[in-house]
Amino acid sequence: MAGHITLSGVRQEFWVRPESGTDRRSQRLFVALDDLDLDVKDGEILTLVGPSGCGKSTVLDLVAGLSHPAAGSVQIDGREIDAPGLDRGVVFQQYTLLPWKTALGNIEFALQAAGIKRGERRERAKRYLDLVGLTDFANRYPHELSGGMKQRVAIARSLSYEPEVLLMDEPYGALDAQTRERLQEELLEIWSRTGTTIIFITHDIEEAVYLGQRVAVMSARPGRIREVIDIDLDRGAATDARSTAEFARYRHRIWTLLRELSAVNTPAKEVEDVA
Amino acid sequence: MPEITEVKTAVSAAAGSAGAAAKQAKGARGVLGERTKGGLNPRQAQVAGVRAGRLRTERALSVARVLLGVVLLALVWEFFPRWGLVDSQFVSPLHVVIQTWWKLATDGELWAQVRPSLIRAAAGFTLAIVIGVPLGAAVAWYRPVREIVTPVLEIFRNTAALAILPVFILVLGIGETSKIAIVLYACSFPILLNTISGVANVDTQLLRTARVLGLSPVKTFLQVALPAALPTIFTGIRIAGAASILVLIAAEMVGATAGLGYFINYTQSTYMIPQMYATILTTTLLGLAVNYGLIWLEKRFSRWRA
Repeated sequence: MAGHITLSGVRQEFWVRPESGTDRRSQRLFVALDDLDLDVKDGEILTLVGPSGCGKSTVLDLVAGLSHPAAGSVQIDGREIDAPGLDRGVVFQQYTLLPWKTALGNIEFALQAAGIKRGERRERAKRYLDLVGLTDFANRYPHELSGGMKQRVAIARSLSYEPEVLLMDEPYGALDAQTRERLQEELLEIWSRTGTTIIFITHDIEEAVYLGQRVAVMSARPGRIREVIDIDLDRGAATDARSTAEFARYRHRIWTLLRELSAVNTPAKEVEDVA
Repeated sequence: MPEITEVKTAVSAAAGSAGAAAKQAKGARGVLGERTKGGLNPRQAQVAGVRAGRLRTERALSVARVLLGVVLLALVWEFFPRWGLVDSQFVSPLHVVIQTWWKLATDGELWAQVRPSLIRAAAGFTLAIVIGVPLGAAVAWYRPVREIVTPVLEIFRNTAALAILPVFILVLGIGETSKIAIVLYACSFPILLNTISGVANVDTQLLRTARVLGLSPVKTFLQVALPAALPTIFTGIRIAGAASILVLIAAEMVGATAGLGYFINYTQSTYMIPQMYATILTTTLLGLAVNYGLIWLEKRFSRWRA
């Protein structure tokens, strides 16, 4: 299983219009990422945490191949990433299921795009729907599914064509707390079964600590990896990992880091966002 | 009508969630526990006043209400001329109109008028779909083209089709071509504009997903953008369906030797008043059939919508 992602010296910038500037022509160059380095190992779960607007999603877009860096390189297994590819699956925060296709149909659609033969599609789609525990809901349309179920289908869809890397952009951001916890546990279970490399973006520190083998903490303006923290937790099914002392220590450490970062970068207003 | 459908949805929703609950109990897998079905729960149903026990009477009542309006209209039509409230020379009582309608329908005279109208309306309407949907989709897909074309379309759309009818007759003659053309013209705008807005406003998240899956632009268009736009396109088609009949009747009044519009004019000028009403009634029935037929089709094709 490959899926080694390397970002080195990555810079990304956008031209933005001033929000309510009098001169509409004056555009400003906004540096979203600057000199960002990140190394994601084969088969690990790396969580990327940072204040909102720090460029987390920009990183994901680059790895997905949806955009190109202004400078630096983004590679998978030594190859430069220049376009989206089926070696990388993406799960977005918003549910992106095709509303006119059933749960099963959505997965089959991805498999068709991946060039899987017609005969094999159905069977494989069922297998992945089963993986996320939705076998009984195969023939439901997205509007007949709850938020958590839709996101499970989206995950199943992204896994179905067996990408080497799964990119997740705050996939659980819109879910309620209990559903989110359950999906986090499920994701770890799926990950241990499939061995897919996962980059998981979140602004939720606890989510980052719970899921990540390593947590990369980003700073904002410009976006940069501030620190990568190894997480060593026993996440066995029987233990409530979130209530252990180690968990609290990791959480606090990242919280402090983010607090420091925002104190340095911005005046009081934004400190609230992070806290 | 809407009341009936609402009640119906509530019933099926209730049945659906009960079924799902049973399924869940059978499946007994932890992850399936948090299912929340988009429907009324018993408390909401109670508040909304659609309790199961009252459903049958509720439904019967709303059917009765729907019928009441129609029955009242029929009574007014029947008795006002009879009582002399309106001149029965000019407004034939309903039973006379129905008798006349039946006679016209059975001796083939009505069909002789309906047939040419149907052919013209169907030809113009079908052409409008065949031309309008691909054209609208293409226009929407290429943003610069859309920006050029949309204002022009708005200008044409706001020019009444009937105002242009003399131009069509002048250019295309008084035969079938000009009539089909005017229907095509009138039907094109709702279809075009709805197709454009449908395709142009496809959820960008869906398009991103298509990119991530590595779909080619053509496949993205055919498999993602077009199906996503279909409900909006269909609304345009439905509006066009109604417009096709309306415009055609008027066009046939101006210059035609057969067709419903022609026959309404003809019977009026030859003082065949019951025949005139029977023909008018026919256009109504035709309009209703087209409209509800298209609504039915729309429902069938958009079962996936919430």
